Amino acid sequence: MSGKHINLTLKVWRQKGAKDQGSFVEYQAKNVSEHASFLEMLDAVNEEIVAKGEEPIAFDHDCREGICGTCGFVIDGEAHGKLKATTVCQLHMRNYNDGETLTIEPFRANSFPVIKDLMVDRSAFDRIISSGGYISQNTGNPQDANAILVPKADADEAMSSATCIGCGACVAACKNASAALFTSAKISHMALLPQGAVEKNERALRMVAAMDSEGFGACTTTGACEAACPKEIQLTNISRMNRQFLGAVLTQRPKHKDGGAG
Amino acid sequence: MANILDSKIPSGAIEDKWEKAKFENKLVNPANKRKHSVIVVGTGLAGASAAASLGELGYKVKAFCVHESPRRAHSVAAQGGINAAKNYQNDGDSTYRLFYDTVKGGDFRAREANVYRLAEVSANIIDQMVSQGVPFAREYGGTLANRSFGGAQVSRTFYARGQTGQQLLLGAYSQMMRQVDAGTVELRYRREMLDLVVIDGKARGIIVRNLLTGEIEAHEADAVIIASGGYSNVFFLSTNAMNCAVTAAWKAHKRGAYFANPCYTQIHPTCIPVHGENQSKLTLMSESLRNDGRVWVPKAVGDKRHPNDIPENERDYYLERVYPSFGNLAPRDVASRQAKYACDEGRGVNESGKAVYLDFADSIKRLGEDKISERYGNLFEMYEKITGDNPYKRPMMIYPAPHYTMGGLWVDYNLQSTIPGCFVAGEANFSDHGANRLGASALMQGLADGYFVVPYSIGNYLGGTKLNKVTTNDDAFKAAVDGVKKEISTLVNIKGNRTVDSFHKELGNIMWENCGMGRNAAGLKKALEEIPKVREEFWQNVRIPGDPNYLNVELEKAGRVADFLELGELMCRDALEREESCGGHFREEHQDNGEAKRDDTNFCHVAAWEYTGDMKTSVRHKEELTFENVHLATRSYK
Repeated sequence: MSGKHINLTLKVWRQKGAKDQGSFVEYQAKNVSEHASFLEMLDAVNEEIVAKGEEPIAFDHDCREGICGTCGFVIDGEAHGKLKATTVCQLHMRNYNDGETLTIEPFRANSFPVIKDLMVDRSAFDRIISSGGYISQNTGNPQDANAILVPKADADEAMSSATCIGCGACVAACKNASAALFTSAKISHMALLPQGAVEKNERALRMVAAMDSEGFGACTTTGACEAACPKEIQLTNISRMNRQFLGAVLTQRPKHKDGGAG
Repeated sequence: MANILDSKIPSGAIEDKWEKAKFENKLVNPANKRKHSVIVVGTGLAGASAAASLGELGYKVKAFCVHESPRRAHSVAAQGGINAAKNYQNDGDSTYRLFYDTVKGGDFRAREANVYRLAEVSANIIDQMVSQGVPFAREYGGTLANRSFGGAQVSRTFYARGQTGQQLLLGAYSQMMRQVDAGTVELRYRREMLDLVVIDGKARGIIVRNLLTGEIEAHEADAVIIASGGYSNVFFLSTNAMNCAVTAAWKAHKRGAYFANPCYTQIHPTCIPVHGENQSKLTLMSESLRNDGRVWVPKAVGDKRHPNDIPENERDYYLERVYPSFGNLAPRDVASRQAKYACDEGRGVNESGKAVYLDFADSIKRLGEDKISERYGNLFEMYEKITGDNPYKRPMMIYPAPHYTMGGLWVDYNLQSTIPGCFVAGEANFSDHGANRLGASALMQGLADGYFVVPYSIGNYLGGTKLNKVTTNDDAFKAAVDGVKKEISTLVNIKGNRTVDSFHKELGNIMWENCGMGRNAAGLKKALEEIPKVREEFWQNVRIPGDPNYLNVELEKAGRVADFLELGELMCRDALEREESCGGHFREEHQDNGEAKRDDTNFCHVAAWEYTGDMKTSVRHKEELTFENVHLATRSYK
């Protein structure tokens, strides 16, 4: 296969586990095809490492199509690397030059403990979702889908928020390691739809509380999250979350304990 | 002994079967449901929806996934859409037509009753997903939008931009997380199922490896649902995510669950072509692109001009030429094969000669770039990121790639495998797609199984089966744990010279060359000689560095490749035995001018393989298929 080939020096963060000290280790990536993705370049480096009998660099990845949200680390200080709106699995080597040195390290945030090398534990996101990132609707016999009319603009806006892949780049890019972009995307997605609007107050209260209790930092609206987001989730989601949360706090009513008629 | 392959199809007219089955099902009263535990393996569309529904019903559910989060299951990657017979477009759709199209699309190798039920619940799936907040595309009036898809002449595909799978998965996932919150579902992440525990002939639990700590855990339950997805990673290069594996299903197979139609692999026609030796996977471009893209190659062999310099009359729009009524929307197997023929004739494009054009120039002229960008913008961006080419300016290049696997564990109408208490849902089972899954039907099946079938059949099983109490201290669990530990220790102690990936690539190459888009007896026999050799070398020469009692990616991959090395052989045997062409299974000896030639007299059956301890002696059983409603006919898309 023709096409350009380049050589790179990689400074990769190696850390055995959450409790171990990590450090940067240097590797050479030789004869890398410009058509290869960043992860395929790492695969090739790993093959050489394994051939030497050493442990390969651990990194999270799965679909390699930019949609599952599994992959993600920091390249030269930028979450998911230098291309806008791109996950590392979709970042191709034609974007780098021969002879470059790249520094590769995991997403850093207290709420994302390092598991190994470039892998971090993002299960805090799942706990935020289980605190209220859903619509309470049992399986079975909902009304006909077209009985719920949703203005196209709202549906499109909800979809734009729902596009979040939960990769955590927003947290890694934020100086406070805030999870506001992620949480607000889910809150917006649900609240913009009539199906989800019913429990929007409760949802905002619970999800914001869960976000805080996971130890994520406060949002100061600097916008680093939006800039790093591979799916271009917008800051407007955070405004929507804040407005909803405030509204919910101010109008919070005690939950009725009355049971149904017996 | 009764035939173990009893499909348990309810009697009566096809329209009444599912209602009848639901009524006749045994029930578990609400207060007793919490006394029953169910394990769900896999949390994609089928697994997450099953876990959510069962949790809601009150069962104690334990859900397991290999992923870091259930939201990352590979269902997330499906792009184009989900079918449902809603007839919102008033273009003549109906349950019966969706049923008819699906039976025909499966080339008469699916079970009629299952397919009818799938069509029947399809409308309910859309209602369910909308009610739980899936932001499907809408018209300006607020109603749901539809588009057409390969293999169908009505517009019945619901979609959420090019991310339908993601949105549906997030829907099912959020419902499952709601049950996690409610305490009915317990989620175990980063766990890989490495054995099924069978006691008194019934599935009673699983053995998993905690991928973070290496710990081997045993979990007991009253029933097990396997929803672990498909196996096209056996080809190494496929559209499947890297962690997709056959392992969970294969371990159940080795414990007695029959494996049906393993050779049925769907080759998806619109993938980004292979670019080089380091490539790790293939990326699918949504089939919906074929709504507005026209497929062509140069008429002349070896025409290497820039596509925009090739005049109209020197282009061959071969799908439109060969299949005038379906044109670019011909079913996937048909479109894939025609691409292969064009490339085999030397008319392929790209440096490799293994690609054809998918051209949007006409649509851009007709509808404007804005409209095209609104419809497919994200797909165009993805294409440009991967290839460095702008598809608005130059036609996309595409080539077929292994995608969905229609084979899987054999199940009866209740989705129960040949092991009582072991149910199989979604892509992991074989039942609904026959030999060629049509577009937009995999999402439909995953959700149908998880939301609307398994919850009923689990109730029927638990309500009608006497189950003795078991604990993970029982001998069967201990033996299974020991077996798993022994296999892991064998693997890490080989300390050979070759990486896991090198074996996987070698196997994948054998599979693609001999059991891919076209198969013939000579190639399959060759593969059957080669695969055991690769397997033998694997067990003598694989190298797995690192500690098994800790996160060890090479060990995870090795276990999966070991299973693929067994499955690959079974796929080839199955393909060799099936002396006919049907849908995605194209035996080159059986064709009429390039069109698949079925043999209904001898092969109108499901082949279900029984594991007997050694690949060579696996026994082939048959479930005869009868077509009472859609009469056997040759498919024609001309």
